[in-house]
Amino acid sequence: MKKITKAMELVATSRIAKAQARVEASLPYAQAITGVLTALASNARIDHPMLTPRERVRRAGVLLVTADRGLAGGYSSNAIRTAESLIARLRADGKEPVLYVIGRKGVSFYRFRNRPIEASWTGFSEQPGFADAREVGETLIKAFVAGADDEADGPGPDGVRGVDELHIVYTEFKSLMTQNPVTRIIGPLQVEERPRSEAAPGVLPDYEFEPNPEALLDALLPKYINTRIYAALLESAASESAARRRAMKSATDNAEEMIDKYTREMNSARQAGITQEISEIVGGANALAASGSEV
Amino acid sequence: MAEQLNVQLVAVEEKVWSGKADMVMARTTEGELGVLPGHAPMLGQLAEPGQVRIKLPGGEQLTYDVAGGFLSVSDRGVTVLAENATPATAASGN
Repeated sequence: MKKITKAMELVATSRIAKAQARVEASLPYAQAITGVLTALASNARIDHPMLTPRERVRRAGVLLVTADRGLAGGYSSNAIRTAESLIARLRADGKEPVLYVIGRKGVSFYRFRNRPIEASWTGFSEQPGFADAREVGETLIKAFVAGADDEADGPGPDGVRGVDELHIVYTEFKSLMTQNPVTRIIGPLQVEERPRSEAAPGVLPDYEFEPNPEALLDALLPKYINTRIYAALLESAASESAARRRAMKSATDNAEEMIDKYTREMNSARQAGITQEISEIVGGANALAASGSEV
Repeated sequence: MAEQLNVQLVAVEEKVWSGKADMVMARTTEGELGVLPGHAPMLGQLAEPGQVRIKLPGGEQLTYDVAGGFLSVSDRGVTVLAENATPATAASGN
């Protein structure tokens, strides 16, 4: 038992490092796409549907990132709890939450309670690839775009009920010991207006665009959202491994303690047995000697 | 010309290549494009599927197959953003 938990602890430890390396590897792209969008936003009119908050938010999408496997302490249940409080808040605001779930733990939580899940993905929580993030992102973006023309209580002209807001709940990786579930809005994206003087140096006001800025924004924004989801998945994976490592570490410690205790008990039981046998033999020999018969 | 381009080729999952180059050639949705040092800042969506060719100072040329790519030129250099970038198998050009 100790060997199993120890092995899981070691696997989780190496996965943390791997996940962190992948977070790092994905940073240059994230920085570059943010820079490009900044340049674009300061040049184009920013009334893109993905950037403007809807006047009336009827349905809000919630993407919840959990683990595929258990034995990771409170990792999944913490994320679920955060999602639950977000859902309660959305309900209080008169919005109808729509659930998107990643990871078997989250899926079974909502299945067990018979609550509807709009879509779910499983099987990659520990080692997410960009293809996974893109699949999730495309589903979410489709729902978001479809939500633009929804009527008060039914689908709009396009016949699909979409969402008007997108939230993501994932677990932020602070350190090996601390991981916090957090909630972020990914749709509509919030544009930060900064005065020109504070803008990053090197972003020149006169960019040439091929094709026009609006078409570029159309193509770039979904990619940006995919990148955000990918980053969230990677961070969740690192957090999951860290949570599992910690859980397995304490399991290993407990197992060690138990092994110690039982080994001692076993030894003393054996010793007691031996002592008893010896005293029986000695007692028997004494009895024979006392009866006077020679052996 | 002593001036050189700072080129970065980044894919979503990792940085693929970065370094100095003489020229970057790519095809945007509008047409073939070559970027030399001192090019005006620009932003372009690359044609799908596309190739990005990077001419190194030594005369060598690197070719990458790029999917879902964007090209950004600023006064700091050239950045190619790609969902996927792999070294091209068949060497094209010379």
